Parts: sequence; C-alpha cells; structure tokens
Amino acid sequence: MSEPDKSTARTIDIVEASLKRRYARERRFKLMGLGAVLLGLLFVTLLFFDIVSKGYTAFVQTHIALEVYFDPAVIDPDGKRDMAEIARADFRKIAREPLAKLFPEVTSRGDKRALYSMLSSGAPYQLSKMVMKEPGLIGTRQVVDLVADDDVDMVVKGNIDRNAPAADRRVNDQMIGWISKLEADGVVKKKFNTRFFTNGDSREPELAGIGGAAAGSFYTLLVTLLLSFPIGVAAAVYLEEFAPKNRWTDLIEVNINNLAAVPSIVFGLLGLAMFINLFGLPRSAPLVGGLVLTLMTLPTIIIAARASLKSVPPSIREAALGVGASKMQTVFHHVLPLAMPGMLTGTIIGMAQALGETAPLLMIGMVAFIVDIPGGPLDPSTVLPVQVYLWADSPERAFVERTSAAILVLLAFLIAMNTFAVIMRRRFERRW
Amino acid sequence: MAVRDEENDMTTAETVIADADLVGAKVRSKAGSRPLDNDFKTIGEVRVNDPRMSCTDVNVFYGDKHAIKHVDLDIAQNQVIAMIGPSGCGKSTFLRCLNRMNDTIDICNVTGEIRLDEVDIYDRKLDVVPLRAQVGMVFQKPNPFPKSIYENIAYGPRIHGLAASRAELDEVVERSLAKAGLWEEVKDRLDQPGTGLSGGQQQRLCIARTIAVDPEVILMDEPCSALDPIATAKVEELIDELRENYTIAIVTHSMQQAARVSQRTAYFHLGHLVEVGDTTQIFTNPRHKLTEDYITGRFG
Ligand SMILES: Nc1ncnc2c1ncn2[C@@H]1O[C@H](COP(=O)(O)OP(=O)(O)OP(=O)(O)O)[C@@H](O)[C@H]1O
Ligand SMILES: [Mg+2]
Repeated sequence: MSEPDKSTARTIDIVEASLKRRYARERRFKLMGLGAVLLGLLFVTLLFFDIVSKGYTAFVQTHIALEVYFDPAVIDPDGKRDMAEIARADFRKIAREPLAKLFPEVTSRGDKRALYSMLSSGAPYQLSKMVMKEPGLIGTRQVVDLVADDDVDMVVKGNIDRNAPAADRRVNDQMIGWISKLEADGVVKKKFNTRFFTNGDSREPELAGIGGAAAGSFYTLLVTLLLSFPIGVAAAVYLEEFAPKNRWTDLIEVNINNLAAVPSIVFGLLGLAMFINLFGLPRSAPLVGGLVLTLMTLPTIIIAARASLKSVPPSIREAALGVGASKMQTVFHHVLPLAMPGMLTGTIIGMAQALGETAPLLMIGMVAFIVDIPGGPLDPSTVLPVQVYLWADSPERAFVERTSAAILVLLAFLIAMNTFAVIMRRRFERRW
Repeated sequence: MAVRDEENDMTTAETVIADADLVGAKVRSKAGSRPLDNDFKTIGEVRVNDPRMSCTDVNVFYGDKHAIKHVDLDIAQNQVIAMIGPSGCGKSTFLRCLNRMNDTIDICNVTGEIRLDEVDIYDRKLDVVPLRAQVGMVFQKPNPFPKSIYENIAYGPRIHGLAASRAELDEVVERSLAKAGLWEEVKDRLDQPGTGLSGGQQQRLCIARTIAVDPEVILMDEPCSALDPIATAKVEELIDELRENYTIAIVTHSMQQAARVSQRTAYFHLGHLVEVGDTTQIFTNPRHKLTEDYITGRFG
C-alpha cells in the first residue's frame, strides 16, 4: 500500500521541481518570438516610412494658373476651323505669351528662354488638346492651370532648397525670384497628379507616368496567370494523383524542385533564345514576358499545389473510391476542392513574385523607353518594377519622388493581390 | 490447399520469432492445435455451399511486411461473417482486399485469388468502379465528405445515376438515413456539413452513405466502435435486416456483437486465419487454443 503512495508523491515533487524551469523556458521562447515579430515590423515600418515620405509628393503636381488668350491669328489664321491645321498650330507661343506678360522686364533672349522653361514642354499639348476638344475656345481668354517644369515643381515642393548657396542647386537665383513672384501672385497651384497614373513614360519627369508600365504589368501577369495556373495545377494533379511512383516521376520531381531555385535571369535568357530568336515573337511584348514569367512561376505553383494535394486526408479519397467513384471523380469532386485554397495561395505567391520580377524581363527587351500605353499583349511595353529601375537611374531630382511613388503603386498592387488571395481562400474554405 | 510454393514463404524474421513465442507458450498444450508457421492450416470449414465471395491463398504485403498469410475463406450469400482477432492481426487489411481498397496504398501488394460470383476481382482487366459499387465499405474511422449531410448520401447514387429525379434522390437519402438510424436526428439540417456531426453520428452517416448505393456485399470495419449502446443496437438491427438481401462481412472487437449479429465467425491472429466456423461453435466450443484464449479474454 505504502509503495504506490510514495511513488506518486515523488512524481509530484519531481514535476513541481521542474515546473519553474519549464515555464521559464516557455516565457523565454515567447519573448524571442515576440522580438522576432517586432523586429520584422520595425523593418517594414522603416521601409514604408522611407518610401512614403519620399514618394507622397509625387501624387501632386505644380501648375501655374495663367490667363491664356487663344489667339485666332496663331491657332487658325485662315479661320477654316480645319482640325488638322489647328493641330499643327504653334501652341507654344500661346502658352508663353501670358508668362511674358507677367514679367515684362524680361527682355533678353536668354532670359526669355529661361523664363519659358518654367513651363513644362507638355503645357502646349495641354492647350492643343483643349482646343481640339472644344474649338469654340478660339478667340477667348481662359485661365488655364498649365503644368510647371519639374525644376519649378521641386522648388515649390521644397525638394530644392531656395536658401542653399546658388552653386549647390540646379535652379538659379533668377528663377527662384520668378517663382517667388508667381507664388506671391497666388497663381502657383498644387493639383492632384492624374498624369502620373494615366501617362506613359517620358523624359520630362512632370509628364512621366506609370500608366504604361501598369498596363504592361497587367498584360504580362494576365498571360502568366492564364498559362501557369492551369498548367501548374494539371501537372500537380497528374504527378500527385495519377502518375505511378517510379524513377521517372522521382526524376521529374527533382527537376521541378531544381527549377524553382534557378536564378530568374536564366529564364530571361531562355526566353530570349526560344521565344524571340527561335519562334520570332515580338521583342518587349507582354506576351513574351508572360511566357518567361510562366516558366519561372510554374515550379512554385506545382510545388505548392502538390503540397496542398498531399495534405488532403487519404480517408477522403477512400470514402469517394469506396462508394464507387472513379479516380477522376474522386480527384475533381473531393480532392481538388479541398486542395484549392492551398493551390490559390501558392499561385498568388507565384504571381506576386512575377509582379516584382525584373531581371528576366530586361533580357527580353522590356526595359525599352516606351511612351505609348500598350493596348494589348503584343504591344511593346515595360512593367512596374522595370519602370522603377529606369526612373531610379534618372538624374533628375523629380524622378526620385516618382520612383518612390511607383514603388508605392507596386506595393498597392501586391497588397491588393494578397487580399484577393485571402478572400478567395475564405470563400473556398467556407465550403468545409 | 495447404500445399504452398517455397517462394511464397516471405515471412519476416520478426513474425517468425513472435509466432514461435506463442507456439511455445500456449499453443502446444491444446489438443488439435498446430503451430502458426507458414504451413499452418486453418481449423474449421473455410468453404461454404453457396459462396458469394471466395478467397484462395490470399497474401498481403506492406512492403516487406507480410500482413496476411495464406488465407482461404468463403463468404456466404445472405449471411453475416464476423472477423475477430487482436489488434494489428490484419482484419482491416483482409477486409480491404475484398473491394480492392488496398490498391490505394502504394506499398501494398496482394497475391492470391479472390472471386466475387466466380469473377476474379484481381483480374487486370477488371474495372474497380463497378466492383466498389457492388462491394461497399464502411471504414474503421468515420470519413464523411466535407460536404452537406444530404450531399454525403446523394453522392454515390448521383455518380452512378441511380436516381432519375431529384424527388427520387431525396427518397434515397431519407431511406438510407432512416436505415442507419440517423434520419430523426438530422432531417432538419440536411444542408449542414456532415463533418459537424458527432463521431457516432458521422459513423452512421457513413453507413447510410454506403447503403445508399445499394451494394450487394457490405464490408464493415468496426462500424460500432464510436457508437453508444443505443446506436449500436440500431446498427445491429440494421445489419440483421440487411442480411436478407445482402452479404455482410463485419470486423468487430466486441465478442458480444459478433455473437449477436453473425452466423459465421473467423478468428485472425498475426496475419493467419486461425479458425473459422459457425458463430455458436466458435463461441461455445473453440477448437484452437488461440481462439479460446481470445474469446475468453485471456489474450488480446
Ligand atoms: N498502410 C500500411 N502500411 C504499412 N503497414 C500497414 C499498413 N496498414 C496496416 N499495416 C500493418 O498491417 C498489419 C495489420 O493491420 P490491420 O490494420 O489490418 O490490423 P487490424 O486487425 O485491423 O487491427 P485493429 O483491430 O487495430 O484495427 C499491422 O501490423 C499493421 O502495422
Ligand atoms: Mg482495423
């Protein structure tokens, strides 16, 4: 009788003696985990702070409100209202005239050129577009917000310090004086920068936008998704559910895993050699970009899809087979719906990788300077990360903020995609 | 029947030692018993007059592990055969051979011959889909589909095209659930997930799912292990009822259940079919020492 008593008492003693140490270890582990999470958050916050603080100013653009006289003598000298003629008219003169009027003291040729350079080279187009849309404007006077040059923009936004010694800044004292006068007149306006979202690339920072790159990214990813999801899922289902397990399938598995680790630039070289040189597909086209990114994403999707197929409990397969479902029915009615959330997660991760991929696209010419917004997957275009790369390389101060703003847009796309993935996953998971 | 090829003797050293232990310890003392070596011959009549299924020299290997050793057994028409034996002796493995469920396990290899109505079910040309519609199975662990209760039952009839209309399908669902004694409990929530039921309810759902396809042979692997006495009684009633039209093989760990529902009983031990006979005979007058030890509770 006494022996079991003794042994239970001893067990309790041992347990209690070790308890403190066990809890201490648990607390330490929790703290370490918390620390890791906080460190991660800190870096993410720093990154966001840096990008946002540099980039947010790009979402507004400096304009100069000037009273423009749509002089019929310049725009439409013979009064025929011929649109083709009007399009060729010298709108530069129209845009410059009110500026010259504001600063009558500027007379020398060189000074005048400097004065006019305060307006963007896009300002005449702005006026031309207005007239093309509304020919009735000819002969009237209108106050128009004309796009300012990027140097003016930088001074107004404070990115170029007016008080710095003249030698240290891009903008000379004369222009600073003019800007101050315009500001005093209250004609300098900061307006939301729609051009940044709708325009293609440009050599002039104030005219450059990510519209072209975003469209390019869209078409590229569309091609990638349409190819890699069905191919990846089909390959995974075949390998996991149908293929015999033998040396060949082992070899295939090893190769897929290896492909996932191949540097992405190699896929770019392959795409250049295969799709462009061999098949003669157009250079710089989202179609080729999509094909290359498909090659790159496929291993990711196949590996994720196989893992999620493997995680479907075998009892579900047995249940379906047990009532006489064929293999195909078992897979499509029971296994795939259960594996779908995991497959979608894998696909979105792959797509997010593809969205941020730069190197292989450089190889197939998607790094060209392209002003037009692509209208389809065969038009030459670039993509968001390449646009970031191009702008980061540009010397103008105004491109710095645009680079950061483009990164913000890229991040917004990524967040949108991941949110979409989470929503899709919830959707599928709700079906038990 | 007991004459075997040398090549078939692939018993691992481990099992030989285990067998030898048992032989030394217990078996020899009982009259009529023989050691469980590879030449072991099942005690009792393995053949019946009107077999629905007939197994000859069935061996099952999981990789190197010899899980079922030279089993001959007939399963009679309109009869319940109970399979009993200690845990791990191969009851489930043998049962799964009868509708080729072992095909799904890569490392599992089945040799020998199993006939269903004179058709060799391990024939290469045989299609397993109709076989499994004919030989239904209730698994040891409840495995409802992660779909609604209704869908769980309706799935089988639907893929086989057994119901012409939605109304007919509704009827099949109700009838199957009622037979499994689950209808009253779930009739108001047929659209809720089958996985949301209790363990016992899930098992009855799986039974209902199996009989919804109207198989001719039903294999049940411990169908009552998760059920309370009332639900168990319902299932046993169901088995008794089904016997009129179906052939049933049931694995159970409950001696009482085997005695209550079955007409024949087969006792398995370490992959051998040790003894088979009428249930009354097995439980009142076992001929092999191992059988006796097991049913009297001295073993397993
Ligand atoms: N998938 C498998 N892979 C490898 N070995 C297996 C597998 N399934 C069963 N076995 C082995 O085969 C033997 C028989 O297993 P089985 O499941 O048929 O036993 P059982 O009689 O049904 O036991 P229980 O009463 O516990 O359900 C066991 O030794 C087991 O370890
Ligand atoms: Mg079992």
